Amino acid sequence: MMLPDPAATGLARVRKVEGDALGLRTPAFAPTEGAGDLLEVSLGPHHPSTHGVFRMDVVLDGERIVRLKPVFGYLHRNHEKLGEATSYLGSMPYTDRLDYLNSMTNNWAYALAVEKLAGIPVTERAEYVRVVLAELSRLLNHTCLAGFLMQDCGCSGTPLMYAFREREKILDLFESLSGSRMMCNVQRFGGCRVDPSAEWLAATRRLVDGYGAFLDEFEALLSGNEIVMARTQGVGRLPAALAVNAGITGPMLRASGVGHDLRKVDGYGVYPRFNFRVPIGRDGDVYDRYMVRMLEMRESIAILDQALRDLPGGPILDPKAKQRGLRPKAGEAYGRIEGPKGEIGFFLVSDGTGNPTRYRVRAPSFVNLTVLEDLCLGHTVADAVIILGSIDIVLGEVDR
Amino acid sequence: MSDAPTAASVPGPISAEERDELRRHGILLTSVQELYNWGRSHSVWPLNFGLACCAIEMIAASMAKFDIARFGSEVFRPSPRQADLIIVSGTVTKKMAPHVVRLWNQMPEPKYCIAMGACAISGGPFKQGYNVLKGIDRYIPVDIYIPGCPPRPEALLHGLVELQEKIRQQPLRGPDAPRHLRSDLPCDATVPELGATDIEPPFSPDVWKPPTLVRPDKA
Amino acid sequence: METPEALRDRLLARFPGASIELVPNGSPSAQVSFRIGPAALREVACFLRDDAELALDQCSNVTGLDVPDREVVETVKESQPGAPGGPPVVTERKQTRLQPGHLEVVYHLYSVARRQGPVILRARTGNRTDAVTLPSLTPVWRSCEFQEREVFDLFGVVFEGHPDLRRILMWDAFVGHPMRKDYVEPDDYEWEPTPHGDVLAKARRHYPSAAAPGAVQPSP
Repeated sequence: MMLPDPAATGLARVRKVEGDALGLRTPAFAPTEGAGDLLEVSLGPHHPSTHGVFRMDVVLDGERIVRLKPVFGYLHRNHEKLGEATSYLGSMPYTDRLDYLNSMTNNWAYALAVEKLAGIPVTERAEYVRVVLAELSRLLNHTCLAGFLMQDCGCSGTPLMYAFREREKILDLFESLSGSRMMCNVQRFGGCRVDPSAEWLAATRRLVDGYGAFLDEFEALLSGNEIVMARTQGVGRLPAALAVNAGITGPMLRASGVGHDLRKVDGYGVYPRFNFRVPIGRDGDVYDRYMVRMLEMRESIAILDQALRDLPGGPILDPKAKQRGLRPKAGEAYGRIEGPKGEIGFFLVSDGTGNPTRYRVRAPSFVNLTVLEDLCLGHTVADAVIILGSIDIVLGEVDR
Repeated sequence: MSDAPTAASVPGPISAEERDELRRHGILLTSVQELYNWGRSHSVWPLNFGLACCAIEMIAASMAKFDIARFGSEVFRPSPRQADLIIVSGTVTKKMAPHVVRLWNQMPEPKYCIAMGACAISGGPFKQGYNVLKGIDRYIPVDIYIPGCPPRPEALLHGLVELQEKIRQQPLRGPDAPRHLRSDLPCDATVPELGATDIEPPFSPDVWKPPTLVRPDKA
Repeated sequence: METPEALRDRLLARFPGASIELVPNGSPSAQVSFRIGPAALREVACFLRDDAELALDQCSNVTGLDVPDREVVETVKESQPGAPGGPPVVTERKQTRLQPGHLEVVYHLYSVARRQGPVILRARTGNRTDAVTLPSLTPVWRSCEFQEREVFDLFGVVFEGHPDLRRILMWDAFVGHPMRKDYVEPDDYEWEPTPHGDVLAKARRHYPSAAAPGAVQPSP
């Protein structure tokens, strides 16, 4: 079992308080006698750098972290219970609110799972449109992540301003297509709710053509920046074996050197038709996770270029595909896609009625947090903030 | 002072036209209340507090395209001790409710609260939830409600402008004076405790009373 | 990757006496799963992870399921001795019995190294009340750590061998397991401005005078 080695990090001075297995109100750890120089601090749930209502209970030896326990559930909105009470189509707007930065990819993952469950084919135009929207979402997410990560490093808002300037351009596209900036609710079972017009596609083409220049400007300021490199290189190394065993997915896994991208491995949708590379890191530190995302944005631009060029005509949604009153046969299905944060999957169990009997969201941020303690041990609190930023969590999907 | 003064705020026989005439000659006539409220309303500093999806729109409102700074909310303070305004943006869960109320208590008067988004107003789309608080106004007094899921950044700016108008209208004396000028009001809101199945108390009776159930469409 | 039947046979050969059966899947996704008895679950998991051909090194998803108790109506044939020297009298009667429910945990396993999957494991508890223990697979795949804690929190399955089994989403003092089908949520619907369905019924309990639906109340 891959747990951090207590002796290596001075944990011998911290005794873990064993509550009994039935969840009593016990803290996760308590310093032993003679360890009076350890300081227990709760970072959060209200904290400028915790990316939402997230709490880390850290035990500090001076400035170094000797124990870290993440505590969440502050945004637990019983999404899964609502899924059991709502029909299949009715849950689609709720999936927007999981990873609320990328509603397009959440919608697609859910639509994919239902299409697998009910055996609904997808129109070809919709597959291409889904790729376009997902890659725009990926651009948006990674840009914002770079901005937030720099804010955590102490850059206090300026890279975030640049990032949000570009995000607004992409949100304008989403709004003109779907009617909403963030909660787009665009995917349906077998296609998309809205059909992009020629003007929309031309505007997207203009954005994609200009995005490379923005990335050049952004990277020129940040990627070779001496302060960024000093703060992020060597910090929060994640070994590849631990990453795979801990279920880490997404750019965090690829930064550790594992070439696992569901767009290539599963080849869902029409991704096998596109020519793109998967950037892989080497050390698995914060700098690699940041650089993998910057390189992924370049690849997303390449995919968007090809998808916009090859977008076929045809119906965007099969009118005979059942949306309301969908009653799949009793059975279950697990559908997953490569979201910007990792593998987002939906496990649906149907009992033949209009509501799923079990609706489970496999959220990438939730599983990626498993290794937070391992990454932060021995680092300072300031590094813990950057490490958390590089994991790229969003509490909507951690807590659901 | 660019707004026309209301009758209540300008005591005495000096009319608005006379004030304008004097202003054109470089003489400004105002009242303590106007000046005081002008200063307060144009420098409302929000707390750096976001719960869920609405927080992203709040961040977007503070970014270059929508720019909340031009309304005076230049800096989002990380510490509640330095903040004037808490924008409760996002779903308040029962687990988080004690923390929100504690933050409210830590903010010094004069302080204001904006409930941004359907979740903060009443629980929103997640209302049927064992862990969802059906509106933050059950514990803290909300000044402005901004509906939406999420409300656009322009909606937040509109809410902020309405709050500024509300601050400007506050008289300095009497029952409608702001809380920091009245000594008869309690200081702290009730902080709920996490009980076995629900938070206790489920709502704070001096802040929120369940309104009457009315269905005019079925009359 | 080998077929599920071949894998089941290989597992039965490797772990004779273990309870391993294939559970069919009615949906077009055709994702069949293996129901493994709790006694052999961890050994089977280690075998699947370390096997050279399968190399299922990643447990992607851990799901809890609640199958509540349900009443099953059965027809029972009884035969009683008839008239002396005559044939026995066969009577039929319907009887209902309570089929006890159980909790189930479903593991989705994938192989990152060999790019294959999923292999789906299921494990069932004895019942929903006292026999709710299952072996934890966190020692095999670290990704189960938080997800099993969530299943414990929301369903009540106790995982033996889990390094840190506490509630994860609800607060520590919370009593109950919210994702169970028979969970009753707290009554905090004192006010419902857009009444619909059962939510209105919950809110109306706080207004004893508003007996008739649509009764117009004087505003305060």
